[in-house]
Amino acid sequence: MDNILKIENLKTHFFTKNGILKAVDDISFNIKRGEIVGLVGESGSGKSITGFSIMGLIDAPGKIVSGNILFNNHPLLNYTPDQMRNLRGNKLAMIFQDPMMTLNPVLRIDTQMIETIKAHDKTISVRNAFEIARDTLGLVGISSPEERMKAYPHQFSGGMRQRVSIAIAMLNKPDLIIADEPTTALDVTIQGQVIYEMQELCKKTGTALLWITHDLAVVAGIASRICVMYAGRIVEQGSVKEIINNPMHPYTIGLIKSVPSQNKRGEPLHQIEGMVPSMLNLPDGCAFHDRCNQATNNCKNSKPLETNFSKTRVIRCFNFER
Amino acid sequence: MSNEKTGLSKFWSEFTENKIALISLLIFLFIVFVAIFAPIISPTDPYDLSKVSIMDSRLPPLSENFAGQTFLLGSDGAGRDMLSAIFYGLRVSLGVGVMSGIFALIIGTFFGISAAFFGGKYETFIMRVVDIQLSFPSILMALIILAAFGKGVEKTIIALVLVQWAYYARTARATALVERSKEYVEAAHCLALGNKKIMFKHILPNCMPPLIVVGTLQTAHAISLEATLSFLGLGLPITEPSLGLLIGNGFEYMHTGDFWISIFPGVALLITIVSINLVGDHLRDMFNPRLKR
Amino acid sequence: MTAFLLKRSTQSLLVLFIMSLLVFSGVNLVGDPVEMLINPEADQEDVERVIRELGLDRPITEQYWFFLVNAFKGDLGTSFVFGEPALKLIIQRMPATLELAFFSLFISIIFALPLGIYAGLKPESKISKLIMAGSILGFSMPTFWVGIIFIMIFAVHLGWLPSTGRGEIGTFMGIHSSLFTLDGLSHIFLPALNLALFKLSSIVRLTRAGTREIIHQDYIKFARAKGLSENRVINTHLLKNILIPIVTVVGLEFGSLIAFSTVTETIFAWPGMGKLIIDSIYNLDRPVIVAYLMIIVFFFVFLNLIVDILYTILDPRVRIQGSK
Repeated sequence: MDNILKIENLKTHFFTKNGILKAVDDISFNIKRGEIVGLVGESGSGKSITGFSIMGLIDAPGKIVSGNILFNNHPLLNYTPDQMRNLRGNKLAMIFQDPMMTLNPVLRIDTQMIETIKAHDKTISVRNAFEIARDTLGLVGISSPEERMKAYPHQFSGGMRQRVSIAIAMLNKPDLIIADEPTTALDVTIQGQVIYEMQELCKKTGTALLWITHDLAVVAGIASRICVMYAGRIVEQGSVKEIINNPMHPYTIGLIKSVPSQNKRGEPLHQIEGMVPSMLNLPDGCAFHDRCNQATNNCKNSKPLETNFSKTRVIRCFNFER
Repeated sequence: MSNEKTGLSKFWSEFTENKIALISLLIFLFIVFVAIFAPIISPTDPYDLSKVSIMDSRLPPLSENFAGQTFLLGSDGAGRDMLSAIFYGLRVSLGVGVMSGIFALIIGTFFGISAAFFGGKYETFIMRVVDIQLSFPSILMALIILAAFGKGVEKTIIALVLVQWAYYARTARATALVERSKEYVEAAHCLALGNKKIMFKHILPNCMPPLIVVGTLQTAHAISLEATLSFLGLGLPITEPSLGLLIGNGFEYMHTGDFWISIFPGVALLITIVSINLVGDHLRDMFNPRLKR
Repeated sequence: MTAFLLKRSTQSLLVLFIMSLLVFSGVNLVGDPVEMLINPEADQEDVERVIRELGLDRPITEQYWFFLVNAFKGDLGTSFVFGEPALKLIIQRMPATLELAFFSLFISIIFALPLGIYAGLKPESKISKLIMAGSILGFSMPTFWVGIIFIMIFAVHLGWLPSTGRGEIGTFMGIHSSLFTLDGLSHIFLPALNLALFKLSSIVRLTRAGTREIIHQDYIKFARAKGLSENRVINTHLLKNILIPIVTVVGLEFGSLIAFSTVTETIFAWPGMGKLIIDSIYNLDRPVIVAYLMIIVFFFVFLNLIVDILYTILDPRVRIQGSK
């Protein structure tokens, strides 16, 4: 299997004054070259931290405690800070959630794009870098890119700004883009456009995509595989078909039921009972047990391990529905 | 009532969490003590002319005077014991600083709260005056006032009050505006309580925390400003020798290397100002909800 | 933009008028200058002649009216002491003061920005705590006392630098300044450092606060995600954003540098307009006091305008809205 990214037993913990926060706790998954994988979970489930861990952008008091991140079969955790820096924005790029906040308000678009190219290619002329940047801007659907290059971020709408961020991520033809809720802050109509365009771009360039979102419906339309995260762990992963049509983990089942379109008109929306537990104060055993209607004593006392159900399917539960 | 007590003790325990602020507070209290009891604890009375001898002038620290007393910090140009002069100087500096702070607090708070309460043209006028004054450096303001009235204790206090009231007014108005829109004020209105009562019984107590912060920092500023003015010979008269005046006296001996005459009063001044500033800084951090995590 | 400038200018004129009224009436309450100026043994006739010459026998409202009319003509009165036009005296001394103020501003920014950014990036480190402690000290130390300490250490004890005067003045591109000769530089160094200390402390605190706020912004993290070097992230992405509030505050407070130069100039015998005003207050030289204050007020009003313009240049968001 030609994996562009392979994560093995990754643990990223935050050492806060109030205790150790296990934001990412023993997760494993992989992404094949050119594949789109969705990472789904509620806010605070550790999905963004997973993204930042891959990028090597975990700030203190956070730390990758153990595990392995293999990118193109290279172990990233052995990389020096400078090797990591050279990888970022080059073969490994990231797009953030809020396009209003990701572009520097006082720098022009051309500055912010050209610096990304020059950071990884010291010899390229400004003229060449400008041309690459302009063409990429055109590629993501911004009209008259030559003129828009001279603009400041606040002169763009939210959707346009996110396209600029996407263009910046695409500049150096990355092998993998980590997209952290890239459409959440956008209007629904724009959301659809951006999702479609990203899908097309990745197909065209062969770029793999890790799509982080809380919205199962969005990811079902774009990804080929889905990982469902809860309280720092991946509780279930499989192909989109498997997850959507035949969810097995009680949490996934609850998630799918609470997507509005699943309900008949007039019926109340399904909801998962209880609240997301505080990450500092996780219950013993399975983190989901006190919200789970199938929990047994076993769930309360010991942590479930990952079970390989099929070739593509991994579940972390004692009594998943077969 | 018991609730209030726990609030106070909670405040205290939070305050003492910061050791530097606690030490600063203790130092400041010590300075206040020295200032109040200066006549009792001073080794000599530096302003009793019968006891001061010109023979003892400019003695270096730790030397004995003519009468056999040890001058711990040396003596000044007139033969006064520096330590005693500093104790008396602290009394004057602190007195003028705190006094002007209190007056400025009262005046500024009155205008600030009433501006917030009545609004309209009155508020616009008051705040315009405040803005203009705040855009003008305090030392220039004080220089103008003292140039107009001449030097003197009351005149220096007046100058310091006029320089400072605007800071209090701005703070008081800003917090009063927030308080005014809260429900308990509306409730008080519904009870048909008088304006005066609402302003001072209900709004004022809630404006106190930020005013206390401004008060500490401004008092430190006032002490420093008074010292500067007195050093320049424009603030207090020679009959009320504050620390600034002592430093100014020593300035003329600067080039002969008699450092103690202006260094030691300066150190006393610095310790006073730094301790107040550190306490104020910590209070500000405590009252600032943004810094609480 | 034009409407904005017009509105600001009208406001400024109003401020100027009110201040002139305050300054004039205030300063004219000072003791009798006649006593100062005239030989006590002069006879009554001499005294009256001088009073008439100086216009001191007229009612104060009339004196103010003449002052206002003359002020518009650029005549702010004649110094009692020097017998020269007050405006000329001040303008003669202005370059020395401006040179001192600009040089200390330069010193404070050069030192404060790196220190403040460092303290903001690593708030928990020992060095940062030292920097912050230093800034509280610098904040608290009265300027005049620091000046004395400087003279004591560097001039008297070590004998490295001179402590009085402006030194040799050089000329470069038609500008006369102490900054262009070695001797002049050695003279300006101590007073400039003295004047800079307070400003330096406040810019350090401002920079640190700005850094701490901006470093957590998404665009900084995004800049890192683009693979930019840490240098580029700090020097371009961070710095450009913290400069906005700093320029505003520094600009608005440039006036306080001029104001505090009165103290520094007195201590270091720097022949600027700050020393002139203090001397004039001692000598009850009314016209000079009034003229100085009027120029300062004018200066402040002008400064506010400059800051507003600079602000629009630095922050593209304001610039675009303004041009619409």
